[in-house]
Amino acid sequence: MRAIYKRELDSYFHSMIGYVFIAFFLAFTGVYFMAYNLNYGYPIFSYVLSSLVFILLIAIPVLTMKSFSEDRKSRTDQLLLTAPVSLGQIVMGKYLAMVTVYLIPSLVFCLYPLVIKMQGNAYLLTDYCGILMFFLMGCVFISIGMFLSSLTESQIIAAISSFGVLLVLYLWDGILGFLPSSALLNLIILLVLLSLVSVLVWHITGNLVIAGVLELFFLAAGIIVYAVDSSLYENLLPDVLGKLDLTAPLTDVVAGSLLDTGSIILYLSVIGLFIFLTMQSIQKRRWS
Amino acid sequence: MIEVRNLVKYYGTHMAVDHLNFTIKKGQIYGFLGPNGAGKSTTMNIMTGYLGATQGQVFINGHDILSEPYKAKKDIGYLPEQPPLYMDMTVLEYLKFVAALKLIDKSIKSAQLDQVISLVRLGPVKNRLIKNLSKGYRQRVGLAGALIGFPEIIILDEPTVGLDPQQIIEIRQLIRGLAKDHTVILSSHILSEVREVCDHIMIIYQGKLVASDTPENLEQKMQGNETIELLVKGSPEQTGSVIRQLPSILSSQIEDSGEAGCTKALLTVKEQNDIREDIFWTFCKNELPLLRLANTRTTLEDIFLELTSSESSRNNDSTKEDPTDESNL
Repeated sequence: MRAIYKRELDSYFHSMIGYVFIAFFLAFTGVYFMAYNLNYGYPIFSYVLSSLVFILLIAIPVLTMKSFSEDRKSRTDQLLLTAPVSLGQIVMGKYLAMVTVYLIPSLVFCLYPLVIKMQGNAYLLTDYCGILMFFLMGCVFISIGMFLSSLTESQIIAAISSFGVLLVLYLWDGILGFLPSSALLNLIILLVLLSLVSVLVWHITGNLVIAGVLELFFLAAGIIVYAVDSSLYENLLPDVLGKLDLTAPLTDVVAGSLLDTGSIILYLSVIGLFIFLTMQSIQKRRWS
Repeated sequence: MIEVRNLVKYYGTHMAVDHLNFTIKKGQIYGFLGPNGAGKSTTMNIMTGYLGATQGQVFINGHDILSEPYKAKKDIGYLPEQPPLYMDMTVLEYLKFVAALKLIDKSIKSAQLDQVISLVRLGPVKNRLIKNLSKGYRQRVGLAGALIGFPEIIILDEPTVGLDPQQIIEIRQLIRGLAKDHTVILSSHILSEVREVCDHIMIIYQGKLVASDTPENLEQKMQGNETIELLVKGSPEQTGSVIRQLPSILSSQIEDSGEAGCTKALLTVKEQNDIREDIFWTFCKNELPLLRLANTRTTLEDIFLELTSSESSRNNDSTKEDPTDESNL
């Protein structure tokens, strides 16, 4: 794993991508820092970070686009997959290399609260928690970008699809606002989603009986629960999906100085999930 | 050493490898021979653990490539059809990376890198970026990568494609040299190459193993009757009458040679019946000078063409039969 990690990290700084990524990030941070903290005199640096999330949407796909698609295109994946290293080590090596590149601007961020402190009042704990959450959010985005890169041979497609997915996550709260709140509509949407799960099970296993039984179970359970207490369904989807809002934890820190351990666990689980999915997508290609 | 059992690989509905079975023994050079798209690269990719097989197993030194990938892959050095090179690295950086990837011990790493670099003659270019190298050098860098760690089994997929004749000879010599301590498997669609380098030939056609033997045995098996070609200074009638005096001739064919006053004759003789001396003396007695006397042996080309064409005609038959089978159902 160390060999892969080291090579990937080197490659980011052999090509311009690593430097451009860091410079791009720090330039925008500087602009926002000057505007909010120095010009308007607002003493919380985390406020800058919440504006930077949009820059993250553009910068992360640039960082992650080549991670697996380039290997596939130049056939260097043959070298990695026939070497005595496990797939998990390959994926982790690449992931940690990208996280390391992203860590560099995040460490530079740690200096800004000190600059504010030199000017007067500073909220160091809030700001460092904000930087931590911003860093973890970026790690989540990197894992998503890496997964999308493992699906394609084209770096362009990897970058654009990563940007699209990250944009949806960024606008998550607004999108959820369009979901209905009435119990019946929530039930219907839920049943449609569960039916899609049954179809997926059918597609994967090829077994119509299992998928059919599962579908019947979903329908029966959904309708019985609705008959017993329909109020359970009110606002069900907006509530559940709202828990998956990945930008909310940072907003909590910025707006309410609130650090929720639950959101750290959410971040770590999403990272774990996408690392797992990346491994699965590579495995799938070997077998199809 | 390597055991391949009942290997099947489907790409969608296309069957690329069709129930392959073979065993590879230590210390020999094996050649996979077959036309383009015969399933050579797919078989190699499965043997090295890059692809998964639809069915069947591969054992490397007794370790299943799927259930014990670490132990199995440790013994293999693989050069795929397109060398897996990182263009943004120098040759030395790349080889160091491969060595680290193969977990070569630090204490022997630099000595081994020097050894591989001198073996593949990469010394003059070792500090250049791979993207600036010519095709031949890139191929050598790939080969060097496969050799690092000196694994017991070295698998090379079309190692001489794109090289100039001088480089081809060098690579062949290198492969011959490696065979002293390693088992080498290479694939090629060039017959002369396989014949020259390999101790054992496996002909693969449409995913099936159609022949597997040493080059000499293959030629002997296919030989049947020998053909002798003569060029005689004399008229066709004279030549014909002399040929009739010869013993154990199965058939003869007299042709116009194109040279003035000369006749060409093709004689088919029973197997292992060397009558070249008799021919010489008989023509001598009849005072007809022999300008050429040569026995043409069955070549690997003939064998290859025969095996692959008979296979394809057999397949055509089976496709013809398919509709009737279905109608019976």
